[in-house]
Amino acid sequence: MAEPYETHEYDVIVVGAGGAGLRAAVEASSEGAKTALVCKSLLGKAHTVMAEGGIAAALGNVWPEDNWKVHFRDTMRGGKMLNNWRMAQIHAQEAPDRVLELEEWGALFDRTKEGLILQRDFGGHRYARLAHVGDRTGLEMIRTLQQHAVHKGIDVFMEFNIQRLLKDGDKIAGAFGYWRESGTFALFKCKAVILATGGIGKAWKVTSNSWEYTGDGPAMALNAGAELIDMEMVQFHPTGMIWPPSVRGLLVTEGVRGDGGTLRNASGERFMFNYIPDFFRSETADNEPEADAWYTDKANNRRTPDLLPRDEVARAINSESKSGRGSPHGGVFLDIASRRPADYIQKRLPSMYHQFKELANVDITKEAMEIGPTCHYVMGGVRVDADTTATTVKGLFAAGEVAAGLHGANRLGGNSLSDLLVFGRRAGLHAAHYANGVASLPDVNPEEIDFSIQTMLKPFSGTGGENPYAIHADLQECMQQNVGLIRVEPELKTALDALQVLKQRLEKVTVVGGRAYNPGWHMALDLHNMLRVSECCTLAAIERKESRGGHTRDDYPMADPQWGKVNIVIRPKNGDLELSQEPLPEMPAELKELFEEAH
Amino acid sequence: MATVAEAPIQPAAPAVKPPQTFTFRVWRGDQSGGAYQDYQMQVDEGMVVLDVIHRLQATQANDLAVRWNCKAGKCGSCSAEINGKPRLMCMTRMDLFEAGQTITVSPIKTFPVIRDLVTDVSFNFERAKEVPAFKPKPPDADGKRRMYQEDIDRVQEFHKCIECFLCQNVCHVIRDHEDNKQSFAGPRLFVRLAALEMHPLDTNDRRELLKHKAGLGFCNITKCCSEVCPEHIHITDNAIIPLKERVVTEYYDPFAWIGRKLSGKDRRGGIVE
Repeated sequence: MAEPYETHEYDVIVVGAGGAGLRAAVEASSEGAKTALVCKSLLGKAHTVMAEGGIAAALGNVWPEDNWKVHFRDTMRGGKMLNNWRMAQIHAQEAPDRVLELEEWGALFDRTKEGLILQRDFGGHRYARLAHVGDRTGLEMIRTLQQHAVHKGIDVFMEFNIQRLLKDGDKIAGAFGYWRESGTFALFKCKAVILATGGIGKAWKVTSNSWEYTGDGPAMALNAGAELIDMEMVQFHPTGMIWPPSVRGLLVTEGVRGDGGTLRNASGERFMFNYIPDFFRSETADNEPEADAWYTDKANNRRTPDLLPRDEVARAINSESKSGRGSPHGGVFLDIASRRPADYIQKRLPSMYHQFKELANVDITKEAMEIGPTCHYVMGGVRVDADTTATTVKGLFAAGEVAAGLHGANRLGGNSLSDLLVFGRRAGLHAAHYANGVASLPDVNPEEIDFSIQTMLKPFSGTGGENPYAIHADLQECMQQNVGLIRVEPELKTALDALQVLKQRLEKVTVVGGRAYNPGWHMALDLHNMLRVSECCTLAAIERKESRGGHTRDDYPMADPQWGKVNIVIRPKNGDLELSQEPLPEMPAELKELFEEAH
Repeated sequence: MATVAEAPIQPAAPAVKPPQTFTFRVWRGDQSGGAYQDYQMQVDEGMVVLDVIHRLQATQANDLAVRWNCKAGKCGSCSAEINGKPRLMCMTRMDLFEAGQTITVSPIKTFPVIRDLVTDVSFNFERAKEVPAFKPKPPDADGKRRMYQEDIDRVQEFHKCIECFLCQNVCHVIRDHEDNKQSFAGPRLFVRLAALEMHPLDTNDRRELLKHKAGLGFCNITKCCSEVCPEHIHITDNAIIPLKERVVTEYYDPFAWIGRKLSGKDRRGGIVE
């Protein structure tokens, strides 16, 4: 095939320019590696920009009692102990420095009276811990990193979609993909690749995720021979908008509850008191006065059940609305109007105010919001080494949502932005060190490039007439119905069969128009990745016969201690997928003690 | 707690309004030219313009080029001109319009078209590279950074910018005079410069850029940028005018500049939200 392509040469290629990708690129570049940042959208538009509530870091500015050990413990318990303990330790220890570093680069967080970084309450965190800027923390973070990266002179390839990782023997040799603007191809020859591609949420119908979240990272990593873990662990954020239908799934920050909001059913009852699990009973208030007093006096009161970890709250909301106690449009009410003054709400939650006012005609300072669960985050992803973020393929690193381990079975709010910073930095550092140790650029295999080009161009010569958007809509319906918040084996198997049919339909996909900026074509290509990760998620969900965190099996409703000791690992084998159960890394005794202390 | 609203729960009847039909007149084309094309679109309750564009893309024009990400007014990707008005498509509700009306959607005018509704906004990213970076003064003796909320309120207003570039799009200096792009950075970059200049910790010197390369003097404060800003940033009053004053006083009086940088506080006027 004589299809032309450009060639670029770098030490390190970072795929994805959200918080993790930007932080990784900054670090790799400062370690002397010639670094390029490649992203699907314009710079500064990645999903990080939508993060609202804050960055979890035990700075101790509001509650001096807070420290990394408390944060570590909260993270592990929030993740139902399925977390990689070492990642959780590193994360809790390094998050404060990463937040302070953003301040050195120009970020302006909201302040305490003493002039330090203010911290807010969030679900599952024992102390007010989230550094924030109103409810637009992600914007502050991505803009700060973006500007810092630009001033460091890092080369950025915007609106470029990496489709395939290339290898030389057992190690990474490059990445190949297309410019969205022109539809022409380019090869990045490099020594190391950092995946920072984010999540997989666009495979579900009700989702807070943007078009970019198509599982490119896990799918490409599998293709390159890397392993995935915990793919059954998908987080449904308890509070997404549900009305009007066109905004269904849009995120409503947990900060609403962190700042005093409460969940109510149709009769106005604060139903979360009925859903306190044994696992969190000793640390959760069982009456309204104690729950309300906790906001200002944490020493003498237990946390409000409104701020149980997200998996618990999402299940409770689902159960209330399924039992006929929900709101008119099938969710429940989130009420801050009756609990905090209007000016406080507007100051603390300006974009929520704006979002409801403009999109739903609801004034959140006067009325309750209608909310329900929305697909938000995948805890599973590419298996990485805790210290270096190295995957099981030489020269391939992964950080942020695409990587797995830190959050276990359920992620606490605020732990994502800190994850991006802590492990983004480590990915950049270790990828640069790895690249600096590779003498010359590895060879790429021209046949692999030809294959990639043929695969990408195939939809243009398709004759089956399948519309890529129709396949996507059916995929979203399938995952929503069968691999959602509450799962049972027959439905999961239905999904598996349906995914096979969708794969066959994708073979017949036919794209209209040309190669220049053609979203229909882009969707046809993204579907391969979405189908791949959907299959991984479904297979792992069938395998794990218990309920834990983001994985709730109605046919196995209890957590099973035996399942709590293993990750489900997925690796490629002869073009197929192989699942296995592998033991979690053993936590050292001095950390285990943290879980034995009386709370 | 102080006064709060009463009776928050008022379950409304879940009445779904029947769909309405609109004619969508969408610009289709590329650098070599193009034309408006009409599509009949069914619109359901609560939809925004971006929803209709997505429905159009899925059903009638699979290759319709459009940028979007968050669909919640947070990322600034989906800027377009709707019935001639520059807006974010995701924040433009369809119930603004009468049923049966023709809705025209075209790409923002100030930047070159790539395809359909997508334009080449690289001008803004190139201009951003010219801005001298944030350069903080040393931390306090205990290693901490102290800033007070009242000293950062104004800069936080500037940090709300989502880079939708609608301000750049409506600014007459470049909308009507392509050649001015050589010597004028535009409102977005003025907001960025103001954010750096008024940052309590910053010590870098941007007077040369402000005075000459950014072309601040071209702005004749017609406030079009402030009016179009979806984040309601007071671009003219709080960013551009204080910068203009600063150029006048400090370019010719270096001691005023040093004094302000050392104090780390900005005491100029403007509207603080």
